[in-house]
Amino acid sequence: MQNTSWVPLFPDQASTFAWQVDALYFYLIAISVFFTVGIVAAVFFFAIKYRAKEKYETPDEIHGSMVLETVWSIIPFIISMTIFLGGAIIYFQQYTSPPEGMEIYVVGKQWMWKIQHETGQREINELHIPVGTKIKLTMTTEDVIHDFFVPAFRTKADVVPGRYTYMWFEATEVGKFHLFCAEYCGLNHSGMGGWVYVMSKDDFEQWLSGNTAGQTPVEAGKDLFQNKLGCASCHAGGPQQRGAKLEGLFNSDVKLVGGQTVKADEQYIRNSILNPASQVVEGFQPIMPTFKGQVTEEQLNALVAYIKSLSPGAAGSSPGGAAPGAPAMTNTNAAAANKPAPAKPAAKPAANSNK
Amino acid sequence: MQTQDAIIPGSAPEPKLNYLTNGSTLRSWLLTKDHKRIAIMYLITVSLFFMMGGMYAAAIRLELLTPASDLLQSGTYNKVFTQHGILMIFFFLIPSIPAILGNFLIPLMIGAKDLALPRVNLLSLYIYWIGGALTLWALMQGGVDTGWTFYAPYSTTFSNTYVMAVGLGIFINGFSSILTGLNFIVTIHTMRAPGMTWFRLPLFVWAHYATSLVMILGTPVVAITILLLALERVAHIGIFDPTVGGDPILFQHLFWFYSHPAVYIMILPGMGVISELISSFSRKKIFGYEFIAFSSIAIAVFGFLVWGHHMFVSGQSIYAGLVFSFLTMVVAVPSAIKVFNWTATLYKGSISYDTPMLYALGFLGLFLIGGLTGLFLGSVGLTVHLTDTYFIVAHFHYVMVGGQVIAYLGGIHYWWPKITGRMYSEFWGKISAMLVFVGFNLTFFPQFILGYQGMPRRYASYPEEFQVLNIFSTAGASVLGVGLIMPVIYLTHSLIFGKKAGDNPWILPGLEWRTSSPPPTENFEVMPVVTWEAYDFSDENGLDIDEIKRQQAELATA
Repeated sequence: MQNTSWVPLFPDQASTFAWQVDALYFYLIAISVFFTVGIVAAVFFFAIKYRAKEKYETPDEIHGSMVLETVWSIIPFIISMTIFLGGAIIYFQQYTSPPEGMEIYVVGKQWMWKIQHETGQREINELHIPVGTKIKLTMTTEDVIHDFFVPAFRTKADVVPGRYTYMWFEATEVGKFHLFCAEYCGLNHSGMGGWVYVMSKDDFEQWLSGNTAGQTPVEAGKDLFQNKLGCASCHAGGPQQRGAKLEGLFNSDVKLVGGQTVKADEQYIRNSILNPASQVVEGFQPIMPTFKGQVTEEQLNALVAYIKSLSPGAAGSSPGGAAPGAPAMTNTNAAAANKPAPAKPAAKPAANSNK
Repeated sequence: MQTQDAIIPGSAPEPKLNYLTNGSTLRSWLLTKDHKRIAIMYLITVSLFFMMGGMYAAAIRLELLTPASDLLQSGTYNKVFTQHGILMIFFFLIPSIPAILGNFLIPLMIGAKDLALPRVNLLSLYIYWIGGALTLWALMQGGVDTGWTFYAPYSTTFSNTYVMAVGLGIFINGFSSILTGLNFIVTIHTMRAPGMTWFRLPLFVWAHYATSLVMILGTPVVAITILLLALERVAHIGIFDPTVGGDPILFQHLFWFYSHPAVYIMILPGMGVISELISSFSRKKIFGYEFIAFSSIAIAVFGFLVWGHHMFVSGQSIYAGLVFSFLTMVVAVPSAIKVFNWTATLYKGSISYDTPMLYALGFLGLFLIGGLTGLFLGSVGLTVHLTDTYFIVAHFHYVMVGGQVIAYLGGIHYWWPKITGRMYSEFWGKISAMLVFVGFNLTFFPQFILGYQGMPRRYASYPEEFQVLNIFSTAGASVLGVGLIMPVIYLTHSLIFGKKAGDNPWILPGLEWRTSSPPPTENFEVMPVVTWEAYDFSDENGLDIDEIKRQQAELATA
C-alpha cells in the first residue's frame, strides 16, 4: 500500500513531479540551514564576545560599510533567482498539460468529489488510475471554490465555479494515496476527500471491466443534444440551420460578430451554452436561449465531450510543434483540451519529465 | 548645553503633573487629545482583543489534539479559526505597534508636542472601538465561518453566518488605520523639532512612515472589496459569483491587493522596534542606517506588486504566476539586508541582556526562519505543493507572531519605564521571554513538517498519521500561552509595586529618553533642539552621563 520514502516525515513520492519538488525542497532547506546557522552563530558569538564588561560603557562607533551592504544585497539576490528559476521550471510542467493522456472529468460539490472516466465509469471521492499513464483532469464545481490536492503527487489546483481548470500528473507508484480538498469550502471541508488508487495497468483494466459503465460522456452528451435539450433542432447541420455548424468546430478559429476571432476550446463551448449572446458567431443572429440553470455541470461536461467528438481530427492538429503545449490554467488556452486521439503528431512538451 | 537642565530635571521636591496624573476623570480620558493617553486606551483595548484571539487559538489547538472533530464540531471549528484570524489580524496585529507604540512614541522621538492632528487621532480610536464593538456583537450573535479571507462565492452566496455584520465591522475599522497612517505621515513631515532632519530620525519612525504609506494606499481597496461583497450578498448584483455573472478570481485579486501589503503593516513596525532594541542594548549606532531606512520604503513599495503570489493555484495565468514569483523573490532582498545589518550592529558592541534584548535576539532567529520559509512559498513550483497546507500556517505565524508579536512585547518592555514610570520585574521578564521563544518554536515548527506531508489547513479533522506532530504543536501552544500570560501579571503588578524607573533607565541618547518618565502632557518642557545623529552614543550627544548615573543610583537607594 503506502510506500515509505527514504526520509521519514516525508510524504510518499508517487508522481513524476515528486522527485523534482523534493529536490527543490532540499535545495531550499540547505540554503535555510546555511543562513540560519551562519546568522545564529554570529549572533551568539557577538553576544558572548562583546557582552557588556561594564554597565553603560560606550564602545567605538562603526558607521557601516558600503562593501558589505553591496555583498549582502547581491548574494541573496542571486540565490533567490536560482530558487525562482527552479520553481518556475517545475511550475511550468505542473500546469502545462501534455498533448496526450487519459482524460477524466472532475466535478466538486459541497462536500464530495464526483469523478467520471472517459469510458463512463463514475466514482465519488475515489479516483482509480493506472500507473505510468498521463492523467489529465478537467475540473469544475457546482458551488464554491474547491481544490484538488494529492500530496503524494506534489500538485494541486483550485476548482473554480463557472470555468474549467486543469491539472495533470503521471503516477509512478502503485498504491493508495490521500485526496484532499485544500481550499476552504464550508461546513464539512475537512471531510471532502478520499483516496486515489494507483493500479497496475492490468488491474486497472480489470477494474474498468468490473465497474459497470453507464453511458460514456460522449454518449450522454449525444443523448442530451439530440433528445433532451433539443440542441439538434438548430445545430443539426441541415442547409438552413439557424445555429452554427458544430462538426469540425473544436479547436478551430471562430470569427465572431464584431470581427474578433477566438479559438473554440472547451471554455468557449461551455460559455456558448451558458451565455450564448456573449460570443455570437459571424453570420448568425443572437437567438439562442441561455441554458444556464438548466444543465448541471456534469451534463455540461457531457455536452462538451460530445461536441469535441464531432471534430475527430482536431486534437492532433492543435498548436503545432513550436509551442510545447500552452498553459493549462488559463481559460483561453486550448492545449489542455486536446483529445486523446490515436495519431499523435504534436511535439511532446519539452519540459515533460518521464522517468 | 543650554537646554540640558530643563530637559533633565533634577529631583524636584514635589511631583510634577505628568500625562497620567493630569486629569483623573473618565471624561479627561475619553475626550483627551493627548497622543499618550490615546495610546494607553489602545493598549487596553488591543490587549483585550489579543486575549480573545488567544482563546480562540487555544480552542483550535485543543480540537487538533485528536484527529476526529470531537471537542468542536466542524461548524464551530470553522467559526473559531475564522474569528481567530479576524480578531488577530484586524483588531490586534494591525493596530498593535502603530496605534500603541507608534502613537505614544513618534511625537516623543521627533520632539513634538503631539501628533499633527490630535482630534483625528481620537477619532481613529473611536472608529476602532465602533468597528470592534460591531464585530464583537456579530460574534456573540453567532459569528462567521468564511475564513478571514472571505473568499467568494462562499462568502457572498453560500455562508449562512453573520458575514455582513463582521464585514461592516472590518470596513469601519479600516478607516481607523487610514486616519492613523495619515496622521503619522503629516506629523513626521511637519512636526519634527529643530535639527531633527530626516536622517536623524530613529528607524522606528522610518518604519512607521513606510507602514503609514501602506495603510493609506492599501486599506481603501479592502473597503471597496467589502462593499462589492455586500452588494452581491444583499442586492444579488453579479460581481464575484459566476451564477449571477461574476468572477470569483476577481475577488481574490482585490482582496490580496490589500491583504498582501497588509502583511507589511503587520511586520514593518516590528522591524522598526527591533532596530531600536538592537542598537540600544549594543550601545552602538545601528549598522547601515540608510540601508535599513530605505529597505523599509522598498518593502512598502514592492509589497504592492506581489499580491498574486497568494493565487498561484487559483486559476490565474501561469505567466502571471511566474511574474509574481519573480517579484516575490525581489522583496526577499530588502528583508535580508535588514537581518544582516542588525547582526552586524552587534559586532564590537557592548551587549547587555535585559528582557527587551532577549526579545530582539529571539526576533532575529524567528524572523529569519519566517523569511527563509517565505522563499519556499515564493518558489512557485514548490508552493503548488505547499499552499493551503500547514506549511503556510507555520510560515505566517513565524512572521506575524515570531516577528511582530515578539517585537511588540520587546517594545512594550523597553518603553514600559517611559510609559508608566515604573520598572517591571527583570527576573520574570526574562523567564517569560524564554518561555515565549521555546513555546513558539514548539508550536509552529512541527507545522512546517505537517505541511510538507500534506496536511491541509482549516481542517477540523485530519488523518491519523498527522497526530503526533499535532500533539507537539498543542503542547508548545500551552507553553506559549503561559509565556504570554505572565507579562500581563507582572507588568500590571509593576504599575503599583514596581521600582521608580527614572527618566532614562537605560541611559540612551534618543529624544524620548530626554524627558521625564512618565512624560508631561506637552512632552517636553522646553522645545528640544537636536544636534546629534540618530543612535549617537558618542560624547557629542549632549547627554550628561554622570548626572544620569547619579540620578539612577539615587533612585536605586531610595
